Amino acid sequence: MTEKILELPESRTLSEPMLINIGPQHPATHGVLRLICELDGETVLKVTPDIGFLHSSFEKLGEYRTWNQIVPLTDRMDYLAPLIYNCVYVMAVEKLMGLEVTERCKVARVLCMEMERIFSHLLWLGTTAIDVGAFTPFLYAFQERERIYKLHEDYTGARITTSATRVGGMMADFPDGWTDSLRDFVKTFPKTLNEIDSLLTTNGIHLGRTLDIGVISGEDAINYGFTGPNLRASGVDYDLRKDNPYYDYETYDFEVPIGENGDCYDRYLVRMEEMRQSLRIIEQALDRLPGGPINVADPRVSLPSKTDCMNDMESMIHHFKLITEGISVPAGDCYFAVEGSKGELGMYVVSDGGEKPVRWRIRPPSFVNLSVIAKLAEGHLVSDLIMINASLDIVLGEIDR
Amino acid sequence: MADENGSAFDAVEHGPEASGRNTEAPHGGIGDPAEHPSVTALQGRFDSALQRHEVQAGDQHVVFLDPGSNRAVLEWLKDDPEQRYDLLVDVTAVDYGGGRPLQIVYQLWSVPHKRALRIKCELPLDGLSIDSVVQLWNAANWLEREVYDLFGVEFRDHPDLRRILMPQNYAEGHPLRKDFPLRGRFSRAEQTRRALSQDYHDDYTPEELEVGGAPGLAAPKPLISTDDAGDAP
Repeated sequence: MTEKILELPESRTLSEPMLINIGPQHPATHGVLRLICELDGETVLKVTPDIGFLHSSFEKLGEYRTWNQIVPLTDRMDYLAPLIYNCVYVMAVEKLMGLEVTERCKVARVLCMEMERIFSHLLWLGTTAIDVGAFTPFLYAFQERERIYKLHEDYTGARITTSATRVGGMMADFPDGWTDSLRDFVKTFPKTLNEIDSLLTTNGIHLGRTLDIGVISGEDAINYGFTGPNLRASGVDYDLRKDNPYYDYETYDFEVPIGENGDCYDRYLVRMEEMRQSLRIIEQALDRLPGGPINVADPRVSLPSKTDCMNDMESMIHHFKLITEGISVPAGDCYFAVEGSKGELGMYVVSDGGEKPVRWRIRPPSFVNLSVIAKLAEGHLVSDLIMINASLDIVLGEIDR
Repeated sequence: MADENGSAFDAVEHGPEASGRNTEAPHGGIGDPAEHPSVTALQGRFDSALQRHEVQAGDQHVVFLDPGSNRAVLEWLKDDPEQRYDLLVDVTAVDYGGGRPLQIVYQLWSVPHKRALRIKCELPLDGLSIDSVVQLWNAANWLEREVYDLFGVEFRDHPDLRRILMPQNYAEGHPLRKDFPLRGRFSRAEQTRRALSQDYHDDYTPEELEVGGAPGLAAPKPLISTDDAGDAP
């Protein structure tokens, strides 16, 4: 009797390829991503990502908005590291305007961007660990993330949709005691990081799931457009903070971790080390945070003081024009990129001299990184596909935009 | 800004408005090509393919190419040992509206030489077709698909030129073109109807449908067969 049950119909024998959908609603896809997998048993023959479920046409919306109104769109793209997106957008616009922000603003943005790198890597760390069955690092990582959420909230009033930057500065200066809270985080966070490190780095199960999985050579990685930790894990020394420095990154003392094999384990090691280096940068930035105004005093972008508005006509007109029309940006185009948490994050802004952009384009690091998954996962098992997808550190909000 | 007499929501019925300040496509300053070694090298080697050179945002060098020679020039920029633009950072397009040509923008970066270069090709709106560069950089695959999807530019010899962000059966056009209204071209009812009637086969390539041709993907059987339905009260 049992023999009869085990007898499979001809069309379902294991040698025949099978088409399986993973996602779009699946926790292991880290967002609304659908992977169309062609399987031979457990082996992936081919995987085709299907994206666009979160498409919100941010770039089109931007063409209807004034330059400062675009800032809230930027943090909705990568809700795992919103402040980097806020910063890089205004940095691109400022570059096109030839506007130099104040020293305090520069250091404040460095602080924000490095904090977000830790913020983003922590989510990646927790969710990737849980994908391979390790639950504890997830809880540890999210507990630490919660502290950065608190820092977001104290500074911007929002936990995720921070919208903290404006062209020419920040929406406000740091509140009293905020830098002390950040310093406290920098002091206590390494303890948790070391604990997670000891749980994962030499863990046999974690090693078995990550070593030699999803290997890509440095040459291929460049050709496929890999950037950020994924590229550096393949042994390519390319970090915009070192190679095309902005905001005086060349004066900070930090190292860029480089991997050797380009597998999931190296991508893990690179991100773990990046968090430590970010802590070093934050410490140095906190030490050198200068006083003075955080917003630039440039009549093209900055509002006159309230007292001036009440007392002289020109200031009031100036205030009125800036509010009703928005700032105008000289004609031209500008591509500006920073080392985001997920790779080279660029903004390409085109102006015709008006108050709204002609084109606003995000160079999406996750989008380009995800396109490589077909090559990485070929020949691996389905469970390795999940690990490879996790190790790329994608965020679907930015992929679909 | 919305029309003076209309509501603010009217804006969604039109494409984005130009500021009217620059009727020509924006031009940067005429920079010194000697500042950028690749620009001088290009001028020496591909003089006939080079249309113009400009400097944007202070130090960003932009080279305009004849669209017919984009692949040859980009291949040289990628492989020549003095240039080695091995990282294709971005491929995108800019539509200035008003019938002006559409620009294809290639943003290049050389990892060994630490240099950036922006290449642009202008395509007339009635001839939106250009050679694909997927053969040079695999990174171009999805980036070109996105430009095809959102701007309607055909990339010749692209291995898999399908829509990527919009649904495969999207029929309203190419959303980032300036003549495209923010809310789309179809009525809300039509948009809903189309979304609901989407065929799940649309998301698979013919080869994939062949693979899955067995039980999983065959058209679902009706829950109640016609015979049973006859017996139902």
